[in-house]
Amino acid sequence: MTEIPGQRPPERRAAAPRPARARAPRRLASAAAGVVLASTLAACGGASGGPPTLTWYINPDNGGQAELAARCTEAAEGRYRIETSLLPRDAASQREQLVRRLAANDASIDIMSLDPIYVPEFAQAGFLADMPEDVADRVTEGTVQGAVAQSTWGDELVAIPFTANTQLLWYRTSVAEAAGLDTSASDTWTWEQIVQAAEDQGVLVGAQGIRAESLTVWLNALVESAGGSIIADHAEDPDRLELGLTSEAGDRAAEVMAMVAGSDAVGPAFSTEDESGSAAGFEGENGGFQVNWPFIYAQAQAGVADGVLDQAVLDDYGWAVYPRVDADTPSAPPIGGVSLGVGALSQHPDLAYEATECITGDENQAYYMINEGLPASSAAVFDDPAVVEEFPMADTIRQSLEQAAPRPQTAYYNEVSGGLQRSYHPPSAVEPGETAERATELITAVLRGEQLL
Amino acid sequence: MTQTTLPPTKKTAPVSAPEGTVTDRSRGERRLGWMLAGPAFLVMLAVTAYPIAQAIYESLFSYRLTDPANREFIGLGNYGVILTDPLWWQSLGVTALITFITVVVELVLGFALAMVMAKALSSIRPVVRAAILIPYAVITVVSAYAWQFAFDINSGFVNSWFTWIPGVSADTDWFGDWGTSIFVICLAEIWKTTPFISLLLLAGLAQVPEVLQEAAKVDGATWWQRLRKVTLPNMKAAIMVALLFRTLDAFRIFDSIFVMTAGANGTESVSFLAYRQTISRLEIGLGSAVSVLLFISVVLIAFVFIKGFKIDLAQARGEG
Repeated sequence: MTEIPGQRPPERRAAAPRPARARAPRRLASAAAGVVLASTLAACGGASGGPPTLTWYINPDNGGQAELAARCTEAAEGRYRIETSLLPRDAASQREQLVRRLAANDASIDIMSLDPIYVPEFAQAGFLADMPEDVADRVTEGTVQGAVAQSTWGDELVAIPFTANTQLLWYRTSVAEAAGLDTSASDTWTWEQIVQAAEDQGVLVGAQGIRAESLTVWLNALVESAGGSIIADHAEDPDRLELGLTSEAGDRAAEVMAMVAGSDAVGPAFSTEDESGSAAGFEGENGGFQVNWPFIYAQAQAGVADGVLDQAVLDDYGWAVYPRVDADTPSAPPIGGVSLGVGALSQHPDLAYEATECITGDENQAYYMINEGLPASSAAVFDDPAVVEEFPMADTIRQSLEQAAPRPQTAYYNEVSGGLQRSYHPPSAVEPGETAERATELITAVLRGEQLL
Repeated sequence: MTQTTLPPTKKTAPVSAPEGTVTDRSRGERRLGWMLAGPAFLVMLAVTAYPIAQAIYESLFSYRLTDPANREFIGLGNYGVILTDPLWWQSLGVTALITFITVVVELVLGFALAMVMAKALSSIRPVVRAAILIPYAVITVVSAYAWQFAFDINSGFVNSWFTWIPGVSADTDWFGDWGTSIFVICLAEIWKTTPFISLLLLAGLAQVPEVLQEAAKVDGATWWQRLRKVTLPNMKAAIMVALLFRTLDAFRIFDSIFVMTAGANGTESVSFLAYRQTISRLEIGLGSAVSVLLFISVVLIAFVFIKGFKIDLAQARGEG
């Protein structure tokens, strides 16, 4: 799941109308009828059998996961049926609902679409069923490194990588060329170079300075790109957890963050800028550079289709792997997406794992990527001609996913992320050294139960 | 000229009523009363007393929802953590500030609106009343989003319409600073709940006896004198009840802050703090303790109002 799962799909709809959508209401009606029928039958049939039903808790999308559920139900040839159940829209609310259900021993949760940042928490709390080794071997083969990393806890794969979003650097080719940047080496650009170029050309650099999860995404990418990690050690124990913010890499990250936020190249509302704010600035006449998820490309396509954006602007879009902090070290771009967890209380964990393998099959991932716009976790999908046609930047996304580093992996993610957001906001007030110490003190105290958050 | 109110009417008991004894009939009535009110009383206990008791109980534990095995009794430890944390006092200060600003402004505005409603021609009175009530009918989250969109730097119209006001420009980031964020949050709250106060005050206005107004007019009192010496003293009970209700309500502010700033720039209220501990962090113990402290604050406010200002709730309902 990206930080803004709800914002991309409508634009995609407008961008590339598909005939299937005309049938959507009817499909919905028949699905509804199916649900009613199924529940009636279940009520009447009682123990009369039929295949076991697996319930898949999904994040809202445009029907892609429901379609995969139907496909895999068919592929199972009567061994199981998958039903989907809708979770709230944002990742935090999804976690709240799942945690409350699981803490109350809800056995109806067979498969769940999880934001990877919560995978360690679910694993540590014992909410995820043990994964058979052969399944783990199969689902990691050919899967991009970043997606495997964020589905792992304690050296074991605990969730199955499904989608894998990542942020890219987007730039206006004309601006970059005018500023004298070498566009053939755009993967090696540093934050300093970009801000310098934007200031020279009087254009904007977009990043997410809002006090929200997006800020953690940015900070983590900077720290990881500088060769450090937000959590240095003991991610599993709140009393011993050690943060790596007060390191050289942490200082370097804070320096870059303050440099960007304090430059003339950011918009006037940088401390409240989110992904759509960055995208709006980039589409505007002062657009220059931004780091953002790939949804902005589909959004621009939709803008052209609706006549609110010039085709010339879209043609000017360039993309590259996330900017570097250190000129000689490849960056560690942010990664998001969805991993599938199997509920520990599921009545049929073996079937559920089988179903997740079906759901995350290459063909299904390609379907999902094309129809929902969320990049796949399987590297092979990026070679699919249909995917390449829809995503001209597919290769860059794959490379970005291979280089990506997940956000701090800990069962106390909310405390860590919330503490970071409180300390590093507003980004223009970040002071290398001082902010890191403050954040370390705060997060440590919060984790030990000595302070509020 | 002194303040003028009518003498309170004395309750008159029938002269023949025997003193101190309970007749069969009144005992039967009392039993009927309990039977009628009993189910409602039980429901009230189930939906208010039980959760309150549970919150108090859980606030004594160190308890995380994802880690039930390590649940541990720590007595008043959670309260110690909260009361020694500057964040609690900051949130309390912000909440008190928002409460004070909104209630004062709403009282003045609400009174003016109540006067308009009272004085409006009877033919247009229903329309005026409905128009004034509309904001109160809007769901708080919806109203918060509406105000957020209005002031948003990208999608809002405020920055382009009000550039003539000093300090407002196309680049004013309303939600980027503490002061401007509080300003917009208060504005949204005031817009939304002024109708509530004005309705309560309208009821109070209707209670001011017309004879007193006429007497004052005959004595040559100006409009201002009549307002201060006749109208306001006669409305005191209604004003205090309106203030009490609104203060309790304002102190629990959550939605607007959640939607507009999500607690950034030091705009977090006490309710928000409770939400963050209980729902985001799943620290049930700590969050319950914050909720209990919030509850105590609200009880204190009610106590100060009722005892300090000697509000007679029964009188305000017209039962006096």
